[in-house]
Amino acid sequence: MVENRPWLTFFSHAVLIAGVLAVAFPLYVTFVASTLTLEQILQVPMPLIPGDQLLQNYSQVLGAGSTTGSRAAVSSMLVNSTVMALVIPLGKVTISIISAFALVYFRFPLRGLIFWMIFVTLMLPVEVRIIPTFKVIADLGMLNTYAGLTVPLIASATATFLFRQFFMTVPDELAEAARVDGAGPMRFFWDVLLPLSKTTMAALFVIQFIYGWNQYLWPLLITTDESMYTVVIGIKRMIVGSDAANEWNLIMATAILAMLPPAAVVVLMQKWFVKGLVETEK
Amino acid sequence: MEKRVLFRSAWLPYALVAPQIAITMVFFFWPATQAVWYSFQLQDAFGLKSQFVGLQNFSALFRDSNYLESFKVTALFSVLVAFSGLAISLLLAAMADRVLRGALAYKTLLIWPYAVAPAIAGVLWAFLFAPSIGIVTYLLKGFGIEWNWIIKGDQAMALVVIASVWKQISYNFLFFLAGLQSIPKSLIEAAAIDGASPSRRFWTIVFPLLSPTTFFLLVINIIYAFFDTFGVIDATTQGGPAQSTQILVYKVYHDGVKAADLGGSSAQSVILMFIVITLTVLQFRFIERKVQY
Repeated sequence: MVENRPWLTFFSHAVLIAGVLAVAFPLYVTFVASTLTLEQILQVPMPLIPGDQLLQNYSQVLGAGSTTGSRAAVSSMLVNSTVMALVIPLGKVTISIISAFALVYFRFPLRGLIFWMIFVTLMLPVEVRIIPTFKVIADLGMLNTYAGLTVPLIASATATFLFRQFFMTVPDELAEAARVDGAGPMRFFWDVLLPLSKTTMAALFVIQFIYGWNQYLWPLLITTDESMYTVVIGIKRMIVGSDAANEWNLIMATAILAMLPPAAVVVLMQKWFVKGLVETEK
Repeated sequence: MEKRVLFRSAWLPYALVAPQIAITMVFFFWPATQAVWYSFQLQDAFGLKSQFVGLQNFSALFRDSNYLESFKVTALFSVLVAFSGLAISLLLAAMADRVLRGALAYKTLLIWPYAVAPAIAGVLWAFLFAPSIGIVTYLLKGFGIEWNWIIKGDQAMALVVIASVWKQISYNFLFFLAGLQSIPKSLIEAAAIDGASPSRRFWTIVFPLLSPTTFFLLVINIIYAFFDTFGVIDATTQGGPAQSTQILVYKVYHDGVKAADLGGSSAQSVILMFIVITLTVLQFRFIERKVQY
């Protein structure tokens, strides 16, 4: 604190509280809507105090899903989302850390080309190659499969670069000592590099968990079977028409269920989350 | 920068990069090449035959008023998302940097929207603004504003901008806060001793020192508005009404998946690739994200 200006401090708190409330307002209304009956929501204005339908709505979506639009149960969607949110970070961490290891600790022909190939993937997000990627997945018979949902999203330049940056900061003496002691490259990788990379892996995992959970365009393209929907897609499919035609109480209960796991990860693992966010963008 | 200690093996490094390179080839390079290839082809109505038509798909696009309109929509949308998002986040971060009490609580309460999928952010705001039942629509009616984003293009644009900004505030906030906290306190103290007011200190010292962060976030937000907001748009307006929120990415999807116009959609993909490449180069060039071979 440079100087004491009580009014400015008061103003700062006022702005922050207003910001927090504005950010939280949609969440609150969503939660309230998920505890009401559809009739209550369709009254204008809808009540802003939670109702007594919480258990009713949540057990309905988890067990049976909505009755209009998509009929898949949200519990199976949550399973699909969980698979995506776990397999993508695990796969990404694994293939990125070994390719970064190769790029940093070996000199080999084509190394420049391989580095360049990984770098270029930054410039080819799914959004710019929608149709041809869909065709590739279809040709490989990977539509409506977990492999199709996860494997194409595992390759990532950012993760490889993150590990590469980190390996660069690992003192050369460690590798030297390992070599003097007669350890081969894989031994060095397992016993020295991996334990040192734990926090980087954790940070990357947290960011990629959210990335995997929140995927939208990709599952939208390659899942046509309701049993393969992720929860984010499922919500979209429950919205079938204009305002009154939707079962908003169920949609909002599903929205809460869809937001809970990634939000819990962000809040509970805040330290790793911030580290991962800042470092993947460096 | 190179490592002094290197391991030697004729095959191991290739085995280590193989999984990543295999996925990159199959799911990145092959489709991207296909996109370029299709963009020079014209398919007949049944998708049975295609012929090479050179740049015809591209010239057709640039004569298409819908496509040019989509460029304008995208430009307006990304400017609105980037500037309002950055302004709000900077204000909040500057305030959070000032307060001593409750700083961590504020931070926690502001970062969670990062965890919300863009499509869900869209659904939440669409519900609040729903023309007949939305609670915000009801409040606006009290002020005499008739709100119906299903019919009115500018209101649809406002809706997708609000939903997109809401989701992105936490990201911008975290980076601004980190930027603010890395500014040496001695500079600000010196200015305070010289009698500079808080707002003057902010605009003449803090803001210029923050410019690398701001520029970085500007690029990131433009990329976000271009690509990641697909979910917001698909879950709410689906480009409507009358294409008033049809950003370029949404048009690629719409023309390719819904209208099944392979050549036209691929040509649009190729144009988007150029845009991404430009943005990525900008990002690396000016932000000095150091990449050495």
